[in-house]
Amino acid sequence: MVELLQDKDRIFTNLYGFEDWRLEAARKRGAWLGTKEILEQGRDWIIDNIKSSGLRGRGGAGFPTGLKWSFMPKEVTTRPHYLVVNADESEPGTCKDREMLRHDPHLLIEGCLVASFAMQAHACYIYLRGEYVQERERLDAAIKEAYKAGLVGKNACGSGWDFDIYMHHGAGAYICGEETALLESLEGKKGQPRLKPPFPANAGLYGCPTTVNNVESIAVCPTILRRGADWFKSFGRENNTGTKVFCISGHVNKPCNVEEAMSIPMKTLIEEYAGGVRGGWDNLKAVIPGGASVPLLPKEICDTVLMDFDALREVTSGLGTAGMIVMDKSTDVVAAIARLSYFYKHESCGQCTPCREGTGWMWRVMERMVRGEAETSEIDMLLGVTKQVEGHTICALGDAAAWPIQGLIRHFRHEIEERIDNYRAGKPVFVAAAAE
Amino acid sequence: MSLRRLAKEQPANFEISKAALKEIDIWVQKYPEGRQKSALIPALWITQKDAGGWLPEAALRALGDLLDMPYIRVYEVATFYTMFNLEPVGTHHVQLCGTTPCWLRGAGDLKKVCEDKIGPKGSTSHDGQLSWIEVECLGACANAPMVQISNADSDHYYEDLTPESFGKLLDDLVAGKKPEQGPKNGRFTSEPEGGANTLISKGLYSKVTKKALPNAVKKARKKPTKKAAAKKPAAKKKAAPKKPTAKKTAAKKKVKS
Repeated sequence: MVELLQDKDRIFTNLYGFEDWRLEAARKRGAWLGTKEILEQGRDWIIDNIKSSGLRGRGGAGFPTGLKWSFMPKEVTTRPHYLVVNADESEPGTCKDREMLRHDPHLLIEGCLVASFAMQAHACYIYLRGEYVQERERLDAAIKEAYKAGLVGKNACGSGWDFDIYMHHGAGAYICGEETALLESLEGKKGQPRLKPPFPANAGLYGCPTTVNNVESIAVCPTILRRGADWFKSFGRENNTGTKVFCISGHVNKPCNVEEAMSIPMKTLIEEYAGGVRGGWDNLKAVIPGGASVPLLPKEICDTVLMDFDALREVTSGLGTAGMIVMDKSTDVVAAIARLSYFYKHESCGQCTPCREGTGWMWRVMERMVRGEAETSEIDMLLGVTKQVEGHTICALGDAAAWPIQGLIRHFRHEIEERIDNYRAGKPVFVAAAAE
Repeated sequence: MSLRRLAKEQPANFEISKAALKEIDIWVQKYPEGRQKSALIPALWITQKDAGGWLPEAALRALGDLLDMPYIRVYEVATFYTMFNLEPVGTHHVQLCGTTPCWLRGAGDLKKVCEDKIGPKGSTSHDGQLSWIEVECLGACANAPMVQISNADSDHYYEDLTPESFGKLLDDLVAGKKPEQGPKNGRFTSEPEGGANTLISKGLYSKVTKKALPNAVKKARKKPTKKAAAKKPAAKKKAAPKKPTAKKTAAKKKVKS
């Protein structure tokens, strides 16, 4: 039996918004507690502690946060440094940052101050997705509270560090979750990713050194520093440490968000928190473990797999944002992936040809596969095209569009073939297993 | 990519209201000098609200003049981002999430409600009250299926919908009521249905007291405790710095600049 995370070790104690989000209540929960002392310890201390805590970026790629911070130039020249927080949460299946923004905004603002101080940035922009209107009003109000209390602004928290924090928002473009597209968007342009190098740490926002971090990566930092890197490291496996907010959606009895330790078995997570798979664990067909971009996993793998970066990579999937999409046996899994292909076709920014043309092409073929109107040989052709899109674009959207299809063909090729056979034989192409 | 063009029929001119201009100015102040272009997306959003839910071409030009940008740059942005409506929409503009997590939980049934009550995708009802489109993931997957409804006052998320509750919601809006945002099945936010089984320990929300920073370096000054004044002496005593060996090596490796 796996030991579950206890409430006392949860960082986002107001994840569900049962308590007030305002400053006074947030302080009672521990936000802004001794921020000045943290800053007094100095930049290197902060970065070293974040490094040794093993915190890996929570936005999908899992890059070590402390290491990322250390890429910023050591000296500030004529170009100011910036911290940009990526709150453009639009990965299908992911709804964790929203809860932090609307229920615990002060943890994020405090994290922004600590991270900005560590990287010598006097200004921080938080980029919210445009649809999060309530969240943006909350965050704005929380920022105003923080200014009023002297926690940010001139001489933030009495540390002698001047720090300004601003909220910015987009207007409905998935691609703006990619860091360089986000910077373009923040500069008032179309959200089309930039070529790297130069990396944002050298030339980011307005051509100045910039670090872009996910909301969760930033919001957990003050708590890590307060409670110690060793405390954070005590959760999860080596190289996959800490706690993480998981989102569980789809065919479970009780979809929810929950903060748990990394490396928790997927089955435990679903059964303990989300009320189990609809119709019981044996009714499970597949799970997309980390937001729409990662390949799905069939039940046999879900039985034992752990929810962390390395374990999911070993089974050729990924932790991504830890937004799990659960599908039971009634699911038309081909149609589910075809819908994702439509998503990527819709969200491609149109800059690189393989992605602009490829996402549309893949979607159209997938739609035919759903109906069974295809040749068996086209399955391999589709697979071949996904390999040609993957890795041949400026940003990872091309990869993200290819992986779900690759996962489908890897694990459910027989279903596609069956459909093609049924279509030819004039039988119904898909008969859903009865739900529950 | 989604193909988006400006509406064929355009009003001859458009003036941004004073209130909207004031609001846009607040945004312009957020960016460094000469970077007022950064305010374009928020400005477009404010203008869209100001113009009754969509962006006429004249409004785009007005913003180009305001932010000192070539018109084409404004057109580019307005046509790129899908939250900008380039054609008029209904008083209540329904944006129905149809991406896989919502689809798995019955977004298809909600679509039928829209088709019955409003018309085919992208259409506006005859009385101009309702219009609907299908959008991509709105980031509330644990509360699927859901819609966002934009009108003059709000852009509320309505979550955990059924065809029945969604139908009623639309009726209420048309009747001039202002339904509460959030889940429609009794949930509070994204906790499991029927009540949370985490974050329920007593004292979780009030018993946090200040402790010495773990791994603090020796030179750290003693801390004046702002918050837990009563615990001040205790906190000071506990401040004995401890240095685990793992940290030491990590610190040594780091080149000090």
